[in-house]
Amino acid sequence: MKYLTADFGSTYTKLTAIDARCEEIVGTATAFTTIATNVMDGFHEAMKRLETAIGTFAYDRLLCCSSAAGGLRMVALGLVPELTAKAARTAASSAGAKVIRTFSFEISEAERKAIEAINPDLVLLCGGTDGGNREVIVSNAHKLAETQGDFSIVVAGNKSAADEVDTILSSTNKNFVITENVMPQFNQLNIEPARQEIKKLFIERIVQAKGLSSVQAIAANEIIPTPLAVMNGCELLSKGTRDSEGIGDLMAIDIGGATTDVYSMSHGYPTLSNVQVKGLPEPYAKRSVEGDLGMRYSLRSLVETADIEKVSKEIDFPVNEIQTWVDACHRTPQLLAAEGSREQAIEEALARGAARIATERHCGSWESVYTPFGQVFALTGKDLSEVTHVIGIGGVIANSPHPADILKGAKSEGEGSPHAKPKQPGYLVDKRYIFASMGLLSQENKELALKLLKREIVSL
Amino acid sequence: MSKGTVVIGVIGADVHAVGNKIIDFALREAGYNVINLGVMVSQEEYIQAAIETDADAILVSSLYGHGEIDCQGLREKCNEAGLGDILLVVGGNLVVGKQNFEEVEARFLDMGFNKVSPPGTPIEGIFDYLEEAIAARKK
Repeated sequence: MKYLTADFGSTYTKLTAIDARCEEIVGTATAFTTIATNVMDGFHEAMKRLETAIGTFAYDRLLCCSSAAGGLRMVALGLVPELTAKAARTAASSAGAKVIRTFSFEISEAERKAIEAINPDLVLLCGGTDGGNREVIVSNAHKLAETQGDFSIVVAGNKSAADEVDTILSSTNKNFVITENVMPQFNQLNIEPARQEIKKLFIERIVQAKGLSSVQAIAANEIIPTPLAVMNGCELLSKGTRDSEGIGDLMAIDIGGATTDVYSMSHGYPTLSNVQVKGLPEPYAKRSVEGDLGMRYSLRSLVETADIEKVSKEIDFPVNEIQTWVDACHRTPQLLAAEGSREQAIEEALARGAARIATERHCGSWESVYTPFGQVFALTGKDLSEVTHVIGIGGVIANSPHPADILKGAKSEGEGSPHAKPKQPGYLVDKRYIFASMGLLSQENKELALKLLKREIVSL
Repeated sequence: MSKGTVVIGVIGADVHAVGNKIIDFALREAGYNVINLGVMVSQEEYIQAAIETDADAILVSSLYGHGEIDCQGLREKCNEAGLGDILLVVGGNLVVGKQNFEEVEARFLDMGFNKVSPPGTPIEGIFDYLEEAIAARKK
């Protein structure tokens, strides 16, 4: 059996050729994504490049994922920011969506207009525990009914309000589906049903809307969002299959041009004694997306957050030299730093900054509280301090001669740091960008996908 | 049919966990929908839980003597969050030392609590109050 996987990314279409009989990745190739004209042009171009390199490749099954045309752009609505709004965001992110904005409480007219301006593919409407608050989700359903735009709605809120929401949305021509609450009881996360509905809608409607019908016609699988494929790959590598063991708890960091994605595969239970766990529980397989941290389209906001003065001190480069490179990248996103150049050192420092900030936001945090009984810690989110594997994905890490230097951003800053980041991680890198491909392959052959992941994801 | 939704927890930096579990159990047995936040609960956490679950009452426990400072401003925050008419009940060892309970009660009522239980009150001691007050609130 020969598999070809295709990842239609926002910039590149990436092909991976796999021979199941020899248990090998025979080759990879990329070409520009041509979503504006015909997405198949880019596919054929990449195929030509692939076959130039490895000879004719007659595949039996084609497996596809896509983040082209902006990926799956979502807006999440919930009630309390730390509770159902956060649960909604978590559900959407782990379904592979790009959550553009999250709204809490009853949305205002200005916020309704903001949703119109975002023009999302999907809206996830949550709010209230089962039997809890119903006013807010009902009011927001009314608001969504008035909102222009060709978006579908997944309703995953208070079940006691579901019928009323059904009536409101039925009176519109909006496509919607009602599923189980993301937070049926207080602090109990139930994101799987919403995730499944999001995935279904992606397959049924978004694929067509994004001009991917011609791809779907020849694909053997149902096209899924690329981040979901990556997540499936990460989960497989961590957990293993029924017959083969995985590598255990891991984190993966994918630094792209527009976003930095962080995946963690770990329960994240507290590792310290004297800890009180606070806040919403988080899933074993967690993904977070930072839209303000990226190496090209979001480079300016990354530099702002990372603080250019700090970066300048860290690598001992003048501020204006860094600024010049940042401005150049902003003007020409295709720009690549030459091997061994000073620009490359700047790129690495900025990527390390992205890794540092993105993992700080992803991991849980400790707060030290002095009580009459002594010092106690309150932990919010996942404690990932004992995670032993940090995997780098994405061009800036894979192409760097010093990938470990970039991934060091994910390491804990030691005693006293409030962030529950890995204390002593080993670093690995996905040199050929195969995570999404293996996530796709795992739908067909888990054992093979795991074997290839273990071989290809190499320790530094 | 539940008698109402109540949010419970031990406020501030207080980690007295045993009584919290007993209160949780007793209230459930009595027919309440209980949202237990556990120990070391901040004012904001009570309020957030009450909003999502559309709670009828917040039952605050405090055993370590710092109750007065921990509870200050809770009613005002509830008002800000649109929970104006939610019932606030407090009980435990609210203050340090042997203070006259009537004075302590007056101070907590003045802070906006609806009911203040003296030290040593078993949770059953407020069942009648809770049932009546929740029924009155729902009218």
